[in-house]
Amino acid sequence: MGKVYLSLNKLPQGKCACVRTLIAEEEAKRRLEDLGLVAGTKVETVQKGPSGDPTAYYFRGTVIALRSEQARQILVEV
Amino acid sequence: MALCEDNAEYIVALVGNPNVGKSTVFNALTGLRQHTGNWAGKTVSVAGGDYSLEGQSYRAIDLPGIYSLEAMSADEEAARQFLLTKKVDAVVVVADATALERNLSLVLQVLTLKIPIVVCLNLLDEARKKRIKIDIDKLSEQLGVPVIGTNARKGRGLEQLKQAVAKVCVSGCPIRQELDEQAVDAKRRYACVEQICAQCVVFDKQDYTSFDRRLDRFFMGKWTAVPIMLLLLAIVFWITIAGANYPSALLSQFFIAFESASKSLLLDIGLPAAVVSLLAEGLLRTLGWVIAVMLPPMAIFFPLFTLLEDSGYLPRVAFNLDNCFQRACACGKQSLTMCMCFGCNACGVIGCRIIQSPREKLIAMLTNSFVPCNGRFPTLIAIISMFCVAALSGFTRSLLAGLLLTALVVFAVLMTLAISKLLSHTLLKGLPSAVTLELPPYRKPQIGTVLVRSLLDRTIFVLGRAAKVAAPAGVLIWLLANITVGGGESLLAVLTEFFRPFGCFLGLDGAILLAFVLSFPANEIFLPLVIMNYLQLGGIVEIDNLVTLRELLVANGWTGLTALCTMIFCLLHFPCGTTVLTIKKETGSYKWALISIAIPLVTGCAVCALVNGVGQLVM
Repeated sequence: MGKVYLSLNKLPQGKCACVRTLIAEEEAKRRLEDLGLVAGTKVETVQKGPSGDPTAYYFRGTVIALRSEQARQILVEV
Repeated sequence: MALCEDNAEYIVALVGNPNVGKSTVFNALTGLRQHTGNWAGKTVSVAGGDYSLEGQSYRAIDLPGIYSLEAMSADEEAARQFLLTKKVDAVVVVADATALERNLSLVLQVLTLKIPIVVCLNLLDEARKKRIKIDIDKLSEQLGVPVIGTNARKGRGLEQLKQAVAKVCVSGCPIRQELDEQAVDAKRRYACVEQICAQCVVFDKQDYTSFDRRLDRFFMGKWTAVPIMLLLLAIVFWITIAGANYPSALLSQFFIAFESASKSLLLDIGLPAAVVSLLAEGLLRTLGWVIAVMLPPMAIFFPLFTLLEDSGYLPRVAFNLDNCFQRACACGKQSLTMCMCFGCNACGVIGCRIIQSPREKLIAMLTNSFVPCNGRFPTLIAIISMFCVAALSGFTRSLLAGLLLTALVVFAVLMTLAISKLLSHTLLKGLPSAVTLELPPYRKPQIGTVLVRSLLDRTIFVLGRAAKVAAPAGVLIWLLANITVGGGESLLAVLTEFFRPFGCFLGLDGAILLAFVLSFPANEIFLPLVIMNYLQLGGIVEIDNLVTLRELLVANGWTGLTALCTMIFCLLHFPCGTTVLTIKKETGSYKWALISIAIPLVTGCAVCALVNGVGQLVM
């Protein structure tokens, strides 16, 4: 069974995925990890913004909006 | 920080993620009325309050909401510094029971500081509604620290919390070394947290945010988000204008009666006519106008706005507008600080601390005065009522006035975006940085509390400040009008004449421009100053409603174009004195304070001159 990897900003609305790695600079990476976006975290795309960016994601019990520039740095596995 | 330098025996610091009800816990503990809000990072400075238990006194310190102790924003730095450098006897980590994992991650970090700690598991009622079951005893056992379940909004569990704090203040707390090692990096911290949660938390229903999601689809959907946002804004303004009309008229009639009554009383007790005139026509009249015009709209607008804030809608506004700010190379949280500006621009400037990037924070501060604050709304409402909707009556009148005010606010927002973009490409060059915006669950606003809180905390506060400035300003303008120079002209007339050429160039006149300059201490007194000026230079004596006021203005040469330019200049001129001082304090430099004056002033002059030029051509 082939696994599909994509960056989080490509994850369609209503779909769930699992965080694999963060491809970000040290500081940005740490900030995302502090929010709980570490490998293994389940993320769901809840709602795209009215103009498609930012997007609200549901993970670890809360909804947090990220800009696509940030979501691009998060590699997820569907 | 003088907060912990006196006689309280124990210092207790409250930390927690944003939006966990930390300020509510703080208020419930200390009984101190401190404003709490429903958006990330509302507590922007360190607040303190006292309580006592069994003869011991405690000082609770409410630290800013943070996700992590690894300092990146000003808030995190403040919290971290406080915990590390102050003598703190205990830390209460307030955790959101509905999002335990992220909250426990912070708990683990705080544990490494080796300060006695109590975990306050708040929002238990919301967790129950979402069918999340937490085994509190087991959680306490796993963490090795006391865990107290609370529901701070209803005041539940606070006695137990106080008891637990008292206990750890005396005994200290066993620190578990093995948890300590887990806390060093986020990955291990979350792995550890997951383990703990797996043992203590049960979700009965997986899809537990379905209602919130439906609301989100509506409030943040592609086609619905913007129309709903504009609609809500228009409704708030409409209710404010429609509701404030009658009480405003009543109040101004009352103050006119009061003015003439006190005038004759003062004359009767033998005060000289000049002093009586100074007190009655200078001080009382300005004060009366400010109260009559400001109090009713504020008493309606603030509760309505606090309802929106309390329900969790404002972070959705920031979400919807973030893309616009991103295009302007600014931060989406700027829309939150702009919302605070509706109340008071100085509060908006302080609110800018929630923005992480220093560059984007400066942009938000420098453009913040474009959003009309409470001191300027009454001016705008009065001008709209007099010049734009005067021919209408009843329902259509207030509705149209509401829509026009909405249009003005939209114009102010567009100007903010345009100038933010301009700044990003010139003075404050840079690319947009990362934004993480938490969208808290929708909460049913507590209507009773909202009413009391917004009336007491905001309305009375803002009104008090306005009155404090209005009284001396009334005296000042009376003096200006009654002190004559050289050729027998009053100082006021000389000054008005001085400002006339430039005022006319902007589509205003000398009196209007002078009033803008003199209302630098507080925008509230702008219209009273204009009126005083016209009255002193001859005209009608009593202004008891907007019809006579309109006659006075028209008699002094006001046209529709003057009204339009005045409204634009009211939106775009220098920020008030308090705001400028706050910007100086927040940035630590006079340079930025001066620039914060220059930017809106230059913009305002340019737009007004343009509008006036085009208007003159068309007419």
